[in-house]
Amino acid sequence: MIRQSVPRIEGNNKVTGAAKYTADNIQNGMLHARLVTSSHAHANIISIDTSKALKCSGVRAILTGKDCPVLVGSTVEDRPILAQEKVRYFGEPIAVVVADSEHEAQHACNVVHVKYDPLPNLSTVHEAMTTKQTRIHENFEHYTQLKNIRPKPKQNIANHVKIRKGNMKTGETESHVVVETTVSLPQSDHAAMETRTAKVEILPNGVVHVHSSSQAPFVIKQMISKYFMIEQNKVIVHTPFVGGAFGGKASIQLEFIAYIASKAVGGRMVAINNPREVDMVTSPVHIGMDATVKLGATIDGKLTMANIQLFFNAGAYVDESSDITNSAALNCTGPYNIKHVTCDSYCIYTNNPYATSFRGYGHGELIFAIERAIDLLAKKLRIDAITLRLKNTIKPGDTTPSQALLTKGNIGNVTSCLERVKKLIQWEEGQVTQISQNIVRAKGIACLWKASMSPTNASAGAIITFNKDGSINLNIGVVEIGNGTKTVLAQILAESLQVHESKINVNMEINTQTSPKHWKTVASTATHMVGNAVLEAAEDVKKQLKYNASFALHSRPEHLEVKNAKVYIKSNPKKYVNISDVCFGYQLTNGNTVGTFVIGHGGFIMEHLTKMNMVNGQTKPAPFWTVGAQAVEVELQTDTFYYDIIRAVTVMDAGTILNPMGAKGQVMGAMKMGLSMASREGFIYNNVGQVLNNQFRSYHMLRFGENPVYTVEFIETPQADGPYGARGLAEHGIVGMSGALANSLSAAVDTPLNQLPLYPEYIWQQKRRYKNDCN
Amino acid sequence: MRQKITCTINGEKKTIYVRQATILLDMLRDELGLTGAKPGCKNGDCGTCTILKGNRPMKSCLMLAVEADGENFTTIEGLKDTPIQKAFLEKFAFQCGYCTSGFIMNCHALSICQPNATAYDIKNWLQSNICRCTGYEEIKEAMLEVLQNRHCNSKKI
Repeated sequence: MIRQSVPRIEGNNKVTGAAKYTADNIQNGMLHARLVTSSHAHANIISIDTSKALKCSGVRAILTGKDCPVLVGSTVEDRPILAQEKVRYFGEPIAVVVADSEHEAQHACNVVHVKYDPLPNLSTVHEAMTTKQTRIHENFEHYTQLKNIRPKPKQNIANHVKIRKGNMKTGETESHVVVETTVSLPQSDHAAMETRTAKVEILPNGVVHVHSSSQAPFVIKQMISKYFMIEQNKVIVHTPFVGGAFGGKASIQLEFIAYIASKAVGGRMVAINNPREVDMVTSPVHIGMDATVKLGATIDGKLTMANIQLFFNAGAYVDESSDITNSAALNCTGPYNIKHVTCDSYCIYTNNPYATSFRGYGHGELIFAIERAIDLLAKKLRIDAITLRLKNTIKPGDTTPSQALLTKGNIGNVTSCLERVKKLIQWEEGQVTQISQNIVRAKGIACLWKASMSPTNASAGAIITFNKDGSINLNIGVVEIGNGTKTVLAQILAESLQVHESKINVNMEINTQTSPKHWKTVASTATHMVGNAVLEAAEDVKKQLKYNASFALHSRPEHLEVKNAKVYIKSNPKKYVNISDVCFGYQLTNGNTVGTFVIGHGGFIMEHLTKMNMVNGQTKPAPFWTVGAQAVEVELQTDTFYYDIIRAVTVMDAGTILNPMGAKGQVMGAMKMGLSMASREGFIYNNVGQVLNNQFRSYHMLRFGENPVYTVEFIETPQADGPYGARGLAEHGIVGMSGALANSLSAAVDTPLNQLPLYPEYIWQQKRRYKNDCN
Repeated sequence: MRQKITCTINGEKKTIYVRQATILLDMLRDELGLTGAKPGCKNGDCGTCTILKGNRPMKSCLMLAVEADGENFTTIEGLKDTPIQKAFLEKFAFQCGYCTSGFIMNCHALSICQPNATAYDIKNWLQSNICRCTGYEEIKEAMLEVLQNRHCNSKKI
């Protein structure tokens, strides 16, 4: 039932090691593939010598870009499966070796000799934007564009999104005070504990089986079908449990490589498992961003205008980056009501690893920029940071930067979240407290919002079948990537049918042949989309059960009710029939069977979403906006600039909370991820664009005990069209964390800190610089 | 060249022929089908492959299979209905489940080796493992519950 902390339905399998992930299904006779990857960030390939590698023991095939001259992509087809003629990032796949074992494949990879002719390495968005001589994609104009994007001709800019709301001149006139700030955050990694992995087998009848650790099995089916010209009914994708994803497994990469590898060895099953070092740079990463934010306000703190420039570092290929560029622009102000808004959001090619979706989808990045600017504005206006925010929170009746109308039914209550956070973090005690001579404590605040963007026709389905004992099978296409969606969907069905969730068996493995199509398990939309599909399927089932029961109970179907695994007569609940007796028709005493074989089906398709106006960005991009407020408290040593994150608070309005402990866990996990990213994560490059920290020894993430004490609470303003009033929440805990941490540390050292990650060394440098500037 | 080794895993004696360069993790997964131990980094950095060697936690990616000869191991498949597994379920101490086997083995070893562990001990011990999904607080709660119950039970005795 909903509103209960039902433990994960797959939990016992996960605590015993029985739960199987893609690489756990090991088959006798399967071959293994390994990649030869680029040691250069930008270079022409002069030659690839595989002669020595082909002679190595156990090698069955070696493929290079020449063997698969196809370009792939989800927005613009710009990416070769294996590098063709040039490499555009350090770690780019150049060749794939297929061998009897992983170690034989790796050994052969080591003796593939690639000759390069280095090209200028464009390592930052500014270099890539300003250079006139070097283009990362010389043939961009000949690429196929699948979505509406606006590239800049003959530059390294793949997309430019414009938001024009209100009138900037009026905004400027109304502004008594203006602040401008520039922020920067580097590319980093999703670092899911399970690296990306795929297996492909092509059967003699032409059916292709793909096994993949993916958030998007149905997209894999479409892509394999499209690029290798196979009918969709002959591509079957299997996805068991996924060991963490965070957006990094919504992109399709290894699946293509495994397909061409299998094809090269007569269709035998070929597995490709990313070693960690490869997973971190060769497969897509978290996008980087530089931004400039200019905010105007009246003297009493009413925001009047925002002029925002976002520069997203897409890396070598666009993948999802152009959509992230969109997503951030459409919601560029954060959850504040600003009448006059201009935003220019750019998706820029660089010679860094290519980026894809990451938890927050552009919102965590833009909120970092906005929240730093708001704190600066508060300081300049001498208004308390929370008071200033409270004056400007966005509300029903207001419009977003993309001029989408917010209503009571599609956005939560930012003000209530902020007021509650203020209490929980004990704001009235002061933002900065000197604990001892060398220790200072400081608090920082940020508000968050995120729209769950999708294609305007994104869809999901649900199928309900019964077993002879009346127990229920729920078949859905959503992947269990760790956020417990399947448990919540079982709760939704249990609530609708008024049975205990233990009676419901949800399919854990996705098989694209038998599970109903689901767009992809992304954007915190699964509960909304699939939940609504499940409710529709449940209504369908109830209708059929009542029809069958009407024969048993000699009653009209509309006078019956389904509850507790029974169908009752509403007016006389003592008269009922068990579901087990009516789920495959109803057998009369003489043996005749009447009624229907009960199979329930339901579907959901996004409604009322519109395509973006390319001139001013006008669009309704999402069904809902989940909002919240967050706070962080740090304890900093003023002599070394080392700090501990001691407390973190989130109050979020995600509508009805269907599984309280599950929801709290999602938010805490996202908060930790945000704090980890903001405090210590980011790729480090040398001067030729090689990533120096592509392993966990040198890429630091928050570890056990370095986490703060968490406080998580919810405000529950129901979503009008959400299942039982629920909104998505799986990503949102990450969104305000960078801003809140940077604001707390900036207050602690009384110095603006606008760059992530917030290493102690960086804080020390900024403090020194700021002191010198002030002198 | 394969080498014969004999070891005890989850109470069962096994004889296996392994390459000299094979790591214990790969032997468990590929030769014995014990896939509860997961590859996360194969570099000793993340702990997803943690098993027990005797009563001590061991990252199975940091040990060669040939070094396992004559040793006694427990993998996650060898744990049944232990307090730590129960506590992980009750405290929502996992999400995707990929780091869970390793974390549980490490926590289980701590509860055996240091039943009176302090908060400092717990932090030191469990920092060897990475979880990307949870906030770690849930894992700490599961660990504390097991240690407290163990402490209460031993007091009763």
